[in-house]
Amino acid sequence: MRLNCPLCGSRDRREFYYRGAADYLDRPEPDAPPEAWDNYLHLRDNPMGVTKDLWYHDQGCTSWLLVTRNTLTHEILDVKLVAEAGE
Amino acid sequence: MPELIAKPALDAAPVTLAGITLSVADPGRITFVAPFPGQEKAVAKLLKPLGLGFPAPNTALTKGEARIVWTVRGQAALIGVPVPEGMQAAAAVTDQTDGLAAFALRGARAAEVLARLVPIDLREAVFPPGSAARSGLNHMPLILVREEAGFLILTFRSMARTAWAELNEVLHHIEARDRLTN
Ligand SMILES: [Zn+2]
Repeated sequence: MRLNCPLCGSRDRREFYYRGAADYLDRPEPDAPPEAWDNYLHLRDNPMGVTKDLWYHDQGCTSWLLVTRNTLTHEILDVKLVAEAGE
Repeated sequence: MPELIAKPALDAAPVTLAGITLSVADPGRITFVAPFPGQEKAVAKLLKPLGLGFPAPNTALTKGEARIVWTVRGQAALIGVPVPEGMQAAAAVTDQTDGLAAFALRGARAAEVLARLVPIDLREAVFPPGSAARSGLNHMPLILVREEAGFLILTFRSMARTAWAELNEVLHHIEARDRLTN
């Protein structure tokens, strides 16, 4: 498996660390109700198809990456810098 | 302030096998420069008198003894020269001279050595002089710079002996294979 890092280019999977679902980008406010925190910490979809997750390019540019991929075909559809994804 | 005695990361004699030479390098002072938000232009201006600018990802700029190598997002390593006056106001500046070990790998077949340790394509057509990469030297963090005659290899000083051992081992592999196949 390879990821096309927006900064470093196409790189082997061994250079990356997998964090988990992209839901981790939507951290609730500190005073959010317990349900929001429960959802943030524990409840995950398990999609058959397109999903988004977070990878860290730890043996490369040390950027967090927002990866869109297909769990059915293993196709990598998009890789963005988290730092720029919100702009 | 006590005067500290500078010591090389490793005391190893150069090794030449299969026409490839591995040696401990001394690229001089190494400083990480990370421009503060919005200060990219100011940093570039401060680097201009050195004949340098802030390098694009995966590149290195060289002017005489001075060079600057892209390291990670928003950071580059200034090598071989003191930090220009006024840089602290425009960028986070950290001296890494004692934190990194440097090796030189020279020879037409130098890329063959790294092909066994670094998971990126380093053939000259893809990674010509002026290229730089952040990757891994096997399991060790790596800053790699392509030079005219080969490569400059930077890794953590604490891993200097391991890096040397791994590079040296590959040289022996290549030399042994040459002997068996020629
Ligand atoms: Zn990267």
